[in-house]
Amino acid sequence: MPTLETVQLTKKYGNFTALDHLDLKMEGAKCVGFLGPNGAGKTTTLKLLSDMIYPTEGECYINGIPVKSNRKLALADAGVLIETPEIYPSLTPREALTMIADLRGIPSSERKTRIDEVLEEVKMSEWADQRVGKFSKGMKQRINVAASLVHDPDIIILDEPATGLDPRGMAEIRQIVRGLKKRDRLIFMSSHILQEVTDVCDEVALINKGKLIFYDTLANVTARFADGNYSVDVALSREANKDVAREVETIKNVTSCEILDKNRLRITFKGGPKAQQELLESMVKLHLGMLSFADSAGTLEEVYLSEIERGD
Amino acid sequence: MEIDTLNEEGMKYTTRLKVPGTIQQIPRLARYQISEYLHSKRFIALVAIVVAIGAIFSFIMNYYRSTAITDAVSFYSSSWAGGVTFIIVLSAVFFGGDSIAGEFQNKTGYFLMSAPIRRSTVYVGKFIAAFLSSFVIVLIFLLIMIANGAYYFGENAFPWQLGASLLFSLAYLLAVLGTTFFFSSLFKTSSYGFVLTAILFLIGFSLLQTVVTGFAKTEPWMVISYAQGVIGQVFNSPINWGLSATVSTTKFRTPSGIGTLTTYSPGIAEGILIMLCYFVLTSIAGLFLFEREEFT
Repeated sequence: MPTLETVQLTKKYGNFTALDHLDLKMEGAKCVGFLGPNGAGKTTTLKLLSDMIYPTEGECYINGIPVKSNRKLALADAGVLIETPEIYPSLTPREALTMIADLRGIPSSERKTRIDEVLEEVKMSEWADQRVGKFSKGMKQRINVAASLVHDPDIIILDEPATGLDPRGMAEIRQIVRGLKKRDRLIFMSSHILQEVTDVCDEVALINKGKLIFYDTLANVTARFADGNYSVDVALSREANKDVAREVETIKNVTSCEILDKNRLRITFKGGPKAQQELLESMVKLHLGMLSFADSAGTLEEVYLSEIERGD
Repeated sequence: MEIDTLNEEGMKYTTRLKVPGTIQQIPRLARYQISEYLHSKRFIALVAIVVAIGAIFSFIMNYYRSTAITDAVSFYSSSWAGGVTFIIVLSAVFFGGDSIAGEFQNKTGYFLMSAPIRRSTVYVGKFIAAFLSSFVIVLIFLLIMIANGAYYFGENAFPWQLGASLLFSLAYLLAVLGTTFFFSSLFKTSSYGFVLTAILFLIGFSLLQTVVTGFAKTEPWMVISYAQGVIGQVFNSPINWGLSATVSTTKFRTPSGIGTLTTYSPGIAEGILIMLCYFVLTSIAGLFLFEREEFT
C-alpha cells in the first residue's frame, strides 16, 4: 500500500518558520488535495518530500523509506512535479523523457512504448521530436507531467500541476489525475483551484502559516463545517430562473437553491450521500434539462476562507 | 512500475522496476549531458572559435614563417603549447561555467532531481560530460596544429613530446574544470561562475604568479598557471621530470646597481601533482557545496 508520511517536519529559514512540526500520514490509493494560501508551506512540504530542500527538524517518508537519508530508494516509486521545471532546451520531449526513463532503469525494450504512452496521455505526441527550447510554459508543463508518470509510479506528488495551462490543459490534467486514481495510485496534489480539488480529490489537507489546520475526507470536511449541509452545483440546458429555484426548493431535504448564473444553480441540502442520491433522482424527475450534477466547490471555499481567516 | 522479464528457461515473469546503481547512472547522465552540449549553440560557437584561431594561426604561419621554427618540436612548443591552455580555459568556462549553477538558475534541476538519483551522481556525470566535450574541442585544435605541422615538417611532424604534452593538457583540463565546477556550485547564478573562472584563469592566476615570484621571491607552486607550464616545458631540452623546479637567475643593470630576476619552471612531476591537487580539492569542495545547496 503506497504511503506518504511527514513526522514533526519543520523547515526554518533564519527566524522564519516555513513549516512547523507537520505530522501528516496518507495511506492507500486516493487523491489528497493540499490547500493553503500563498506562503502557507505547501511547496515547502512537497520540496521536502522530494528532497529538493532539507528539513530543519523531523523527517518525511515515502513508502516508509526516509527521504533525506535514502533519496534514491525513496523516490524510486514516486513521480514528482515541483513548481514548473525547465527542461534542457536543446533536447526534444522524447530525448528528455528517455533520459529520465533511462535514469529510472526502464528497460530499453519498453522505453519507447512507455514514452509514447505518456506523451499521448499529455497530448504532446505531435511535438515529441521538436526541441523544447521554443515550447510555451504550458507545453513544458505537460512534458513535466509526462516525466513524473513515465515510470508508472505508485505515488505521485504534484505541485500545482495546472500552472501555466489553458482551461483545456487544466481539464486534461484533471482527467489524468482521475485516470491515476482508477489505477490505485496515491496522489498528493497542491492546488489553488478549489474546483479542481473538489473534482478530483478524496481527501483534503489545509495548511496555513506552516501549520496543519485539518486533514480529512472531502465529505467530512464539508459536512463538519457546513453544519450538516452539503452543496451541489447543477448545470441546466434551460434558464435557471426564480421559478426553477422555487421548484427545486420543494424537493425533500433541500434547504436552499441559489442561482449562480443563467444556466447554473447551487443546491444546498441536509443529509449525506443517500440524500444526495434522492436529490439527483428528484431533479431528473423535474425534467429541468439537467446537464451536470457535481459536488460544489462553494462549500469548500467557505471552509477554506473561514479557516484561513481564523488563523489570521 | 512492473516490467516483464524472461527467466533462464525463457518463461516470462513480472518484476518491479529496479533503479540502476550509481555507477550505471553516471555514464547514462553523462551521455545525455554530452548530447545536450553537442546540440547547444555553445558547442558550435566554441568549434567556430577554435577553427577561427586555427585558421588565423595557419595564415600567419604561412605568411610570416618564423626562422626560429626550424623543427617540429619548436613548432609545437610555440603553437600548440601556447594556444591549448587558452582553448582549455575557454572550453571549461563554456561547458562547466553554468553546469551546476544553471540547474538552480534555469530550474532544470527541478526536472533532473525529481528522478531517483544522488547529487554526487549528477555532479560526476556532468563533470565527465564537460570533460569529454572539452576534450573534443582540444582535439580539434590539435588536429589543426598537426595539419600545419605535417605541411611544414612532413613525416617528422609527430614528436613524442606532442603526445606527452597532450596528456599534461588533459591534467590541466581536469584542474580547470574542477575549479570551474567549484565556482559553479558556489553560486546559484551562472554568470558568476563564467566570469570568475574566466578572469581567474585568463588574468588572475598569472598576476598572482608574478606577484609571488617577483615580490615574495618564492616558487609559485600554489598557482595553477605556474603548473600548466609543463605543457610547454616538455618540448624543452633537457626536460626536468622531477618534483622540484628549475630555478634560473638573470642579472640586469638598474640605475642603482645590479638587479636579479629569478624565474621558476616546474618539474614535470611537480606540475602534474599541482594540477591533480587542484582537481581533487576543488572537486571535493564543489561536491560538498552542491550536496548542501537547496532548490529554494
